[in-house]
Amino acid sequence: MKENKKKTFNLKNFLKQYLFFIITLVLLGILFIFKFDEGLKATDVIVYSFKEMLFVLPPIFILIGLLDVWVEKETMIKLMGEGSGFKGILLAFLFGTVAAGPLYAAFPVAIIFMKKQVKFFNIIIFLGAWSTTKIPMLLYEMSALGFKFALLRLAINIPVIVITAYIMGALIKKDDVIAIYGKTEDF
Amino acid sequence: MGNYIFNGAIYLIAIVFLIISFVKSRQKTKKVLIKAWNSFKNILPMLLGIVIVIGLMLAILNTDIIKKVIGEKSGAFGVLLASVVGSVTLLPGVVAFSTAALLLNSGAGYIQIAVFVQTLMMVGIVTLPLEIKYFNKKFAIIRNAISYILSIGVAYLIGFILGIWK
Repeated sequence: MKENKKKTFNLKNFLKQYLFFIITLVLLGILFIFKFDEGLKATDVIVYSFKEMLFVLPPIFILIGLLDVWVEKETMIKLMGEGSGFKGILLAFLFGTVAAGPLYAAFPVAIIFMKKQVKFFNIIIFLGAWSTTKIPMLLYEMSALGFKFALLRLAINIPVIVITAYIMGALIKKDDVIAIYGKTEDF
Repeated sequence: MGNYIFNGAIYLIAIVFLIISFVKSRQKTKKVLIKAWNSFKNILPMLLGIVIVIGLMLAILNTDIIKKVIGEKSGAFGVLLASVVGSVTLLPGVVAFSTAALLLNSGAGYIQIAVFVQTLMMVGIVTLPLEIKYFNKKFAIIRNAISYILSIGVAYLIGFILGIWK
């Protein structure tokens, strides 16, 4: 009886988790019905993106696991937490810059940072750096759009990321920050 | 190419640390792997959905359409459209820059290109549900809104400087 109850609960949970995925699958099906060629094209992109995702994500999640298990909260606080000052900002930039992968891959890393009490300001810096100041991407950008364009964009974005962190800090109140940090225990 | 080298480096770092972890404590390494797997499993359903949305988008929004919308000298309206296209699409890095290069060659201005690249990277409408799940609604909306507004500012600044710095 108890077993049964657990199973139905899981199914419901499963459906809830996969609802978004199921909806997108239905949309893909609709595209195939009305525009078969576009459907094929979409499938090509999906396979490509999925492969990219499977290529990029595993080491990131391994590093997240390693950080969670091995690195003490106190160490992270000292490096990037309250009172870490300029060193913390620099590290946040560094971690974001050397990383590879799309921005959404940075979210779970940010979560583990928050779990280790990295300062909110540095979390925003990290996300900003991950999204725009990536070294591998810079090389692509230089070859595609020119040296000047890429370098200029990088130079402008560094202060813009810091400004973003200040604005976010001002707009998101202490209570919200605490709530977001509290959530990290669930992940 | 550059991407593969960097990804390779991250793999190498992850593997080396994993080996060190294993040598130091098997128990803890097991915990590391369980943690890694759980974090992955946690977002997998949403990632699958996002990947399909990307596919649908690129099938419908092909380069020709993007070119029509923000190509040529499309002015401020073109900047606005470029920012919208950049915000709602999510392209893999390589594809993003080759699309941007295509747009540039087809006559789009630097401001439009810059706003497209900026919003592509910083603003994520498709990944908004994921961001809300990890952080919260307020955080996700504010971060995207600020990034959007600043992206337009950055684009105009780039256009302005490139206009002088010939």
